[in-house]
Amino acid sequence: MLVGIVFWVLAVVAVTAGAAVFVVDSMARATYALALSFIAVGVQILLLGQSYLGIITILMMVMEMAVMAVYMVMFMGMNPALMPMDMTHGKKTAIVASAGVFVLLAAGALLVPWPQRRGAPPEDLTHALGLEIMGEKMLIMAVVGPVMVATIVAGVVLAAHRTRYDRLGDDLRRRPADDPQPGGVGR
Amino acid sequence: MAESVVTTVPGGWAVLAGILLCGLAFFAVALDAALSARAQGTGGGWGAPLGRAARLLRQRRRSTVAADTLLWRIGGAGMLVGAFLMIAVIPLGEWTLADLDVGVVWFNTVDVMVWALVWLAGWGANSAHGLVGGYRFLAHGLAYELPLMFALVAPAIAAGSLAVGDVAAAQDGVWFVVWMPVAFLVFLIGVTGFSVWGPFTPALAADIGGGVLAELSGVDRLVLQAGRYLFLTAGAAFSVPLFLGGGAGPVLPGWAWVLVKTVAVLAVLVWLRRKLPLLRPDRFMEIGWMVLLPAAVLQDLVVSLVVVWKG
Repeated sequence: MLVGIVFWVLAVVAVTAGAAVFVVDSMARATYALALSFIAVGVQILLLGQSYLGIITILMMVMEMAVMAVYMVMFMGMNPALMPMDMTHGKKTAIVASAGVFVLLAAGALLVPWPQRRGAPPEDLTHALGLEIMGEKMLIMAVVGPVMVATIVAGVVLAAHRTRYDRLGDDLRRRPADDPQPGGVGR
Repeated sequence: MAESVVTTVPGGWAVLAGILLCGLAFFAVALDAALSARAQGTGGGWGAPLGRAARLLRQRRRSTVAADTLLWRIGGAGMLVGAFLMIAVIPLGEWTLADLDVGVVWFNTVDVMVWALVWLAGWGANSAHGLVGGYRFLAHGLAYELPLMFALVAPAIAAGSLAVGDVAAAQDGVWFVVWMPVAFLVFLIGVTGFSVWGPFTPALAADIGGGVLAELSGVDRLVLQAGRYLFLTAGAAFSVPLFLGGGAGPVLPGWAWVLVKTVAVLAVLVWLRRKLPLLRPDRFMEIGWMVLLPAAVLQDLVVSLVVVWKG
């Protein structure tokens, strides 16, 4: 009963906060409306008994939204993000696409014959879920991690307009490096 | 799953926990005031914060043009609430309010909330100074948070559990601070970071007219300032089960040892404020990523090797 009430309250919060992202006229409000929506989803995961996944979802999403505030000034110029602005663009396409996806997913959720539960949930849900998702693919997962990090680093290296020759001179011998932003450890 | 090593007390005890937290935070405030008074050569000091709090309570709210009041208030009040959420998983000797199986992650989540809260408090006033302060804090956060996360990993690996009670119980023979001093140090740096304390106060610095605090007045200012002290206290209290053996100690009962150790860590953090220079966010960024993060990861590696070796 109580769990049911909490579920529905959280569901309403998640959906309305998600919708608010497109209604509000401020980047900050949109960002944190999205954070609220994700927090509600995180608590829903807690309701499933997945305490680790639920809490880590909240942690990551709040941190991500805070980092979004950094991106707001890094990449959006000086600075529409700090002024009231419309949160939508390409409206017709977006509305058609999102309505279509919603109908598809909702129809799927309603029409799929959900299986009956067999057996009882295992003692340690998070552990069981981790094994189910990753168990036999651990090697792939372990490889994918470093590859992703390498991709990110390579992307940043390619995107940065300064190279090591700008920093360290043509013979790479200049110390300390010539950086526009001085670092804290005197390199 | 193993039997829990701590007793979960009914929710009503949360009131007592809250009062304890407030008492300890007031100790920090008073100690800081007394140290300030001594540094300036004036008398008294211990009672001065009460006067300042009373003045803030009577002060009229300042309002700014086109302020985002909702987000502004969330930022300030959230700082106050967050610290109380944090102590929910800290065992006081053998009792705890919430024996969460992922208590360490819970602590981490609440401290990440501070990123959002401080930035919102800076954003809400629609003041350039406040916003600059908010971004200074985020820059600090980007530098201290990952080392802090990896520092939290070390005790959890050694204990083989994310439950705070288990981590405290795992330090039967030797406290974690003894063989993971780097993690302890990085943890304390993180605590000062998310409390916007000491070296991490550029977000509130005078060179930007008070930064996040620039437009905060009256009770809003009091709430945010109190939140900083409460977070500092909660962070110090969390170091006790994580690194300092929890309630372990001779003669006194467990709960008393937790309080004694918390007061000791808190006093050191307050005392250090005057001893350390401000860390500029741009400088600290490199310290965080080039020094603290590798150090914390190495510490994790050492701890993991020890755990594997001991089987």
